[in-house]
Amino acid sequence: MNIGVFVCHCGSNIAGNVDTEAVAKAALGFPEVVFATDTMYACSEPGQAGIIEAVEKYNLDGVVVASCTPRMHEATFRRTLERAGLNKYMFEMANIREHVSWIGKDMEANTNKAVDLVHIAVEKLRRDESLVAGEFEINKRVMVIGGGVAGIQAALDCADGGLEVILVEREPSIGGKMSKLDKTFPTVDCSSCILGPRMVDIAQHPNITLYTLSEIESVEGFVGNFNVTVRRKAAYVDWDACTGCGECTTKCPSKKTPDRFNEFIGKTTAINIPFPQAIPKKASINASACIKLTKGKCGACETICPTGAIRFDQQDELITEPVGAIIAATGYDLFDFTKYGEYGGGRYPDVITSMQYERLLSASGPTEGHIKRPSDGAEPKDIVFIQCVGSRDKSIGRPYCSGFCCMYTAKQTILTKDHMPDSQSYVFYMDIRAPGKNYDEFTRRAMEEYGARYIRGRVSAIQPKNGRYLVKGADTLMGDQVEIEADLIVLAVGAEASKGAAELAEKLRISYDPYGFFMEGHPKLKPVETNTAGIYLAGSCQGPKDIPSSVAQGDAAAAKVLALFSKDKLASDPQVSAVKLMRCIGCGKCESVCPFGAIEMIEFRGMPKASVIETVCQGCGVCTAACPQGAVQLRHFTDNQILAEVNALCL
Amino acid sequence: MSPCYAYYPGCSGLGTSLEYDTSTRAMCERLGIELVEIPDWNCCGSTPAHAVDHLLSASLVGRNLAIADNMAEERELAGIITPCPSCLKNLKTTQHRLSNPEFRSEVERVVGRTVRADLPIKSVLQVVVEDMGMDVLANLASAPLKGLRVVPYYGCIMVRPPQIMQFDDPDNPMALDNLLTALGAEVLPFALKTDCCGASLATTRQDVVTRLSGRILDAAAAAGADAVVAACPMCQMNLDMRQAQINRANHSSHNIPVFYYSQLAGLAAGQGEVSTMMDKLCVSPRALLASLAARAGEGA
Ligand SMILES: Cc1cc2nc3c(=O)[nH]c(=O)nc-3n(C[C@H](O)[C@H](O)[C@H](O)COP(=O)(O)OP(=O)(O)OC[C@H]3O[C@@H](n4cnc5c(N)ncnc54)[C@H](O)[C@@H]3O)c2cc1C
Ligand code: SF4
Ligand code: SF4
Repeated sequence: MNIGVFVCHCGSNIAGNVDTEAVAKAALGFPEVVFATDTMYACSEPGQAGIIEAVEKYNLDGVVVASCTPRMHEATFRRTLERAGLNKYMFEMANIREHVSWIGKDMEANTNKAVDLVHIAVEKLRRDESLVAGEFEINKRVMVIGGGVAGIQAALDCADGGLEVILVEREPSIGGKMSKLDKTFPTVDCSSCILGPRMVDIAQHPNITLYTLSEIESVEGFVGNFNVTVRRKAAYVDWDACTGCGECTTKCPSKKTPDRFNEFIGKTTAINIPFPQAIPKKASINASACIKLTKGKCGACETICPTGAIRFDQQDELITEPVGAIIAATGYDLFDFTKYGEYGGGRYPDVITSMQYERLLSASGPTEGHIKRPSDGAEPKDIVFIQCVGSRDKSIGRPYCSGFCCMYTAKQTILTKDHMPDSQSYVFYMDIRAPGKNYDEFTRRAMEEYGARYIRGRVSAIQPKNGRYLVKGADTLMGDQVEIEADLIVLAVGAEASKGAAELAEKLRISYDPYGFFMEGHPKLKPVETNTAGIYLAGSCQGPKDIPSSVAQGDAAAAKVLALFSKDKLASDPQVSAVKLMRCIGCGKCESVCPFGAIEMIEFRGMPKASVIETVCQGCGVCTAACPQGAVQLRHFTDNQILAEVNALCL
Repeated sequence: MSPCYAYYPGCSGLGTSLEYDTSTRAMCERLGIELVEIPDWNCCGSTPAHAVDHLLSASLVGRNLAIADNMAEERELAGIITPCPSCLKNLKTTQHRLSNPEFRSEVERVVGRTVRADLPIKSVLQVVVEDMGMDVLANLASAPLKGLRVVPYYGCIMVRPPQIMQFDDPDNPMALDNLLTALGAEVLPFALKTDCCGASLATTRQDVVTRLSGRILDAAAAAGADAVVAACPMCQMNLDMRQAQINRANHSSHNIPVFYYSQLAGLAAGQGEVSTMMDKLCVSPRALLASLAARAGEGA
């Protein structure tokens, strides 16, 4: 075998404290190395040309590049090899940047370690084999999980692109948080006027199947060939028959059911349609509030329903959908405001959340758009807004900025003034973070045109006082304490990962951060991909985002799916496990340890044997470690190759 | 077997708040909590010491802790308790600081011996509420405080800082509320439960104390309370002894008795005004207690 070694300077990134020339020289001493050189930027156009030239000139069979991490450029160099006419698996990479030059300053020690890493790579390459990828068919249907604005956007894009789309939403209606908003910053246009038509498009699009009141039960398979099982929860109403006339809701005697859509301000009936623009506009019964389902009496809705749609005996239903790609768009949840005892949330009726305030502002809300205090229904005059409730606070485990609270608070002060011209808004803030287009201008308008008084500081306590509230806080610009008497206090609650996000991530086999937000494939270069092929992210499930960013990400995720589906077949990764049937004793250990279910037991000449389902295998290698016989080997990472690497270092 | 605690009365317990100390001892006896006073204890330095020198403060406390260590060798102790939140805060802060080995050796050098400081440290209130429970308290109340409308006032350090005190909710504590309810009183919601009364600033900045304590009295009156119930000698003194001073400064005319919770426990247990030392209060509760007796009589 003829091996060539290329030691990259990476500018001063590596050459700054590794003697790359010396590394190349040492490499020439390793077996089968016929050519070695150092090079300024191996990944650049001239760098790659140099590799191709050397392959031809020295008749190379394999190449080692000592440079950065394989995560960055393994694919780049493999393509270079292909262009040079070699099999792309006859390539090894030694990471002498992240593993050497970035972590130590001692030139001599660094150079020695770099030489060792190159030695390891050479010994492995000597045992590499040419591998050939197979091909497999893909199912060009896509599932979108979560019907907020991001999921809606992604679903419509995919459907318009000709794909069959299944949209799964766990609430009775799609729309997410945006459907609860009154107006949206920075344009102050009506939220449901923008979103409403998009929701109708979802309902009417011939390519979209909508499952609401549904959750993901399990996910199997791999890119191009997933099988997703969806649990459609019982609505206790036959939605094929229900026309959404609403007759049932007028007769339901259980009128004190907590109203989820209105953020628990106000009550609703046990059978209800969440809001007038709901998609689908179907009634469903809240089982824990329904008198019939809890006590066996009533049944008023059944009597009145003109289409006979009520089904008290309805059960959950499981449906399995084959799809080729999945977009997760499960959004965020609001911070539990009762965690700050000093604000008295939960104790004082007029301390409410920003989302509750949106419902008070909304014409379709529980007060028909009149701002009324929950305690006595009076119109408030002095309103205190407190920002960063559950954001940027390490002590409660929420060190991150939720991103949109500064903006929606400004919006709410503007709307407040519009609703009640003689009201006064006060905003306690830490910093104003308004980096979007027209955003800073917007917060300034709140202060300058609408007279919201911004106070930089935290609130230490809220206390009831003569039917109002005393808000005590600090003004850190004045260096003084302030006290404001208010009629209503609105807490700008931050965002946290959607309930059950971590469990869903486990099912999808994607990573999530310590807070439960889903992790993108690369923070800069793969913002909507995940580390699992075929699964994409859109909107706030990846981290708090406002509507413009959520929508943009929905578009991007859809574009990725359309690009994926632009091919009819996908290449499979040949770096998967293979079973040597003669060695296999059929013990089944590999089958039980495989986290992906990629090994099945078969019968071969009357004996049980393991067999790898190549399209499912992720190449993790757990089976090879478990096999007592060494019968399962991971291609490109065989026992012999790993031992050769160890020997290179130790012998 | 009844639990036995090393008892630290604190300096005010033997002086300005004699009624707190006396009624606390009586209450504990009733509840079967055995108190053994730490022999030859010294002042913990109260507020001033830690304000000037942490080592001084910790050494003052350290000596007391060391004596308690000796006691623990003699017999089994459930911990160290004190009625005074300020002493409690010094005890607990010192215990916390001693977890730093360097600081510990400094303190041990000053004290002249090793200080284990591993006994649990609690306020009497915490022990009564958490270990005895509400049923026991309700049983104790042979003459429940029917008709007495009170606001519970914890002061700012009984439950704070939460990391050190590890007792109740730092923003909305309920221990006193629950205790007084168990004794039969009507406990009114009181938002200023943990607001500062001005504490020892009374000697240097009287205006601060009249303002802060005044606010507490105003809120108590606005809530419709017959009395304030305190758990801290300093708070009690500011609200009670300085009430006339506060009234003068604020042009108010409060006349609200300020009890220690232990006094009310004694009253509910039928100990009478004399043994609960009601005469030690500056704002006389006589009229209130008399009307209470009348009210109870009506009910009967
Ligand atoms: C008070 C307030 C005011 C705001 N005002 C504005 C504004 O004026 N302008 C602006 O740009 N932004 C505003 N925002 C931010 C805005 O709400 C978000 O940008 C937007 O809702 C994000 O959309 P999304 O689709 O990513 O998430 P979401 O709206 O949270 O939608 C996620 C959807 O997924 C569903 N879901 C979750 N988990 C699952 C699951 N496991 N299975 C199935 N379905 C699931 C949810 O039920 C929900 O329908 C505001 C936010 C708040 C709190
Ligand atoms: S369940 Fe019947 S009554 Fe209720 S909305 Fe549907 S069709 Fe109308
Ligand atoms: S059966 Fe249930 S949902 Fe129907 S009217 Fe009665 S309480 Fe309402």
